[in-house]
Amino acid sequence: MSLKIILFSLISTIGLASAIMMILQRNPVKSVLLLIVNFFCLALLYLFLSAQFIAIIQIIVYAGAIMVLFLFVIMLLNLGDEKLLSEGISYKKRIAYILGIVLLAEILAGLSVPLLSSNSVISQNAQEIGTVQNIGKSLFSKYLLPFEITSILLLAAMAGVVILAKKKFQ
Amino acid sequence: MNVTEIPINSYLIVSAILFTIGVIGVLTRRNVIIVFMCIELMLNSVNLTLVTFSAMYGDSTGQILVFFVMAVAAAEAAVGLAIIIAIFRNTMKIDIDHFNIMKW
Repeated sequence: MSLKIILFSLISTIGLASAIMMILQRNPVKSVLLLIVNFFCLALLYLFLSAQFIAIIQIIVYAGAIMVLFLFVIMLLNLGDEKLLSEGISYKKRIAYILGIVLLAEILAGLSVPLLSSNSVISQNAQEIGTVQNIGKSLFSKYLLPFEITSILLLAAMAGVVILAKKKFQ
Repeated sequence: MNVTEIPINSYLIVSAILFTIGVIGVLTRRNVIIVFMCIELMLNSVNLTLVTFSAMYGDSTGQILVFFVMAVAAAEAAVGLAIIIAIFRNTMKIDIDHFNIMKW
């Protein structure tokens, strides 16, 4: 057992536990905070895979911007405890859990195929590809058109949000 | 190659479990904001898979795709929350069972 494996197990356990707590939590604000913990754990896993740029972007964009937006909307709508919501019908929930477990079994069965056994560790040049320099180079040369289209998408989303949130529907 | 290296499969298993937790959350919860957060969780688990394969094959395309997924997720979160605010203003409810305007 090296330190790396211990750290990996610890981080992924915290991540999975916070995700489970997130869907069991009644209070939406606590749910958001648990999801932020989960996103930090994912950022650490990206660092394990030597994807530095993605790890930083994960913290800035997801844990920073998107979750603050969620928290802001929860505060704005003044959502407290979820007790006001009537409980779901229990057989529906049971079917949902069964479907989820079946899905998990299916994905894990797909992973157990010996397809991955040929090179099942991180590639040698994984260190270089995750740097900001490398990602930026390919983002501004090979993937320039999708990058520009993304800016149009964000502009359209911004205009749509302003129109949707401004006034009431007719 | 190091013997104590973490196998790729363990990342994929973590990602699969996270995705399943997201699916169960979408199916069981009725608070629309938490359903939305579960969708974000599923997007993140797919991102983890993409980064894992990118590191495994030594190819940066997976990480570029993660970048675009994050941009789309930001746009999606903003628009979705605006729709939630608009519906909440009209009905004063955030229970997804009441969002049946588009149901035929």
